[in-house]
Amino acid sequence: MNATLYFRRKLWNGMFLFLSVLAAGFGLIWLGFILGALVYNGFEAVSPKLFLEMTPPPGEDGGLANAIFGSVMMSVMAVIAGTPLGLFAGTYLAEYGRYTRLAFFVRFVNDILLSAPSIVTGLFIYELVVYNVPGSFAQKICTTILGSACFMGHFSAVAGALSLMVIVIPVVVRTTENMLLLVPNGLREAAAALGAPQSSVIRAVTWRAARAGIVTGVLLAIARISGETAPLLFTALNNQFWSRDLSQPMSSLPVVIFQFAMSPYEDWHRLAWAGALLITATVLTLSIIARVLQPKRSH
Amino acid sequence: MDAKTPASVAGTNIKVDIRDLSFYYGGTKALKNVSLPLYDRQVTAFIGPSGCGKSTLLRILNRIYELYPNQRAEGEVVLDGENILGSRLDTNLLRSRVGMVFQKPTPFPMTIYDNVAFGIRLYERMPRSELDGRIESALQRAALWTEVKDKLKESGLSLSGGQQQRLCIARTVATRPEVILLDEPCSALDPISTAKIEELIDELSAEYTIVIVTHNMQQASRTSDHTAFMYLGELVEFGPTEKIFTAPDKKQTEQYITGRFG
Repeated sequence: MNATLYFRRKLWNGMFLFLSVLAAGFGLIWLGFILGALVYNGFEAVSPKLFLEMTPPPGEDGGLANAIFGSVMMSVMAVIAGTPLGLFAGTYLAEYGRYTRLAFFVRFVNDILLSAPSIVTGLFIYELVVYNVPGSFAQKICTTILGSACFMGHFSAVAGALSLMVIVIPVVVRTTENMLLLVPNGLREAAAALGAPQSSVIRAVTWRAARAGIVTGVLLAIARISGETAPLLFTALNNQFWSRDLSQPMSSLPVVIFQFAMSPYEDWHRLAWAGALLITATVLTLSIIARVLQPKRSH
Repeated sequence: MDAKTPASVAGTNIKVDIRDLSFYYGGTKALKNVSLPLYDRQVTAFIGPSGCGKSTLLRILNRIYELYPNQRAEGEVVLDGENILGSRLDTNLLRSRVGMVFQKPTPFPMTIYDNVAFGIRLYERMPRSELDGRIESALQRAALWTEVKDKLKESGLSLSGGQQQRLCIARTVATRPEVILLDEPCSALDPISTAKIEELIDELSAEYTIVIVTHNMQQASRTSDHTAFMYLGELVEFGPTEKIFTAPDKKQTEQYITGRFG
């Protein structure tokens, strides 16, 4: 081979490698900084008190117990309500409606929902459940059925969970559809060839084959909502006290972090760092579990 | 060709009568006015070069093509006097009567036991002991029982390729269909597994009407009673396997069988 040509290629290759490593390194350094600062600042505030005591007034000792409880509570409600919806919608897209125009439309809308800013989601639930409601027909029904437990017309944990649910649904729809599409058609044909109606094919075969991937999607959805602040500001607001009443405002980690980090108080800052560390650790754990469960592409 | 038992050669009732059948993938005509009979409890082989329509023809016989859009069949396929292409027919019921085994082994992601039980449970309710018996006999039919009888609770995916394919055959046999369609069942298997499955086909033909699509001419001549040679979506020649392989009427058939094209 031509020696100059060979040298040029080697040079190019070296340059590309250098640039790629540089770019990757640049990204990693900042990630390292963020995690480092989080651990450094957050770790000193981590103690049993964090999980046992309520958010304190400035200058007093306290923890994040009410915020942790609120975050877990609202996330769990959002996931319990959003997962079945997302699962069935994703199933429709991948199995029943795969080639239909309606599926095309639903997929398109879902993509928009998936990338919609969460503040819009919060605003939507705020308008729907919190703001426009007092005296309305919807609230009358709500009060008739639930009495004083009606969650409409004011900030409430249910409103918070609803706005998180709106974020969960498109994530689950998307991963469910993708994971079902990874299931080879041969399996569907084989099940159908035994005389199985489509619902049996889906329940007994394709869901089962895609189970790990679908669970992964749900975990990623939990990770996604665990740091959401904007939709909760509008809906669940915050609560300084321990509250298990779902029709009343409820505290949550992101909102507490937001409030405490903006404050001028040193001890509030420490708690905000600790909360941030908690959220990050949760998201990291969920991502690792999701990664382990993630099915290989080849079947 | 293997010597067949007299009883199976004697059967000349037509189980499935394919009449003037055409098939379209969108606007492309993949099958052109094919007519041939499938005899009761006989093995019929479809041979021909890739793309000749033999798998397409097979996939019409249980209407599995309907899982996909823009595919359409015209003509008649008469199973025991009823046109299965008629719209009033329940496709799931049809498929429980006409079983199919595919090219790639397709065990379901469940235990070996549940793989075989799946088809049975769709149409029958029975006590556990009876179900156990059905599963054992199906696995025995598929010459797999001795290899899996101690690990029925293990995943079907844990088996080797040849075992997986026999599991798929067991699964098909378990539902007691009348016709069994085999779409190149050995193309992904090693010679020993292939020999086992061919033996199996021979045994099953005593009770079932079998159709096998194959690229392997020796396999067609070894396993079948009748052979249909297809080319470019048309049926070129159909007749007793012995005749097709020794004295075909058409020159094209002879050329294909002797390996001069295809």
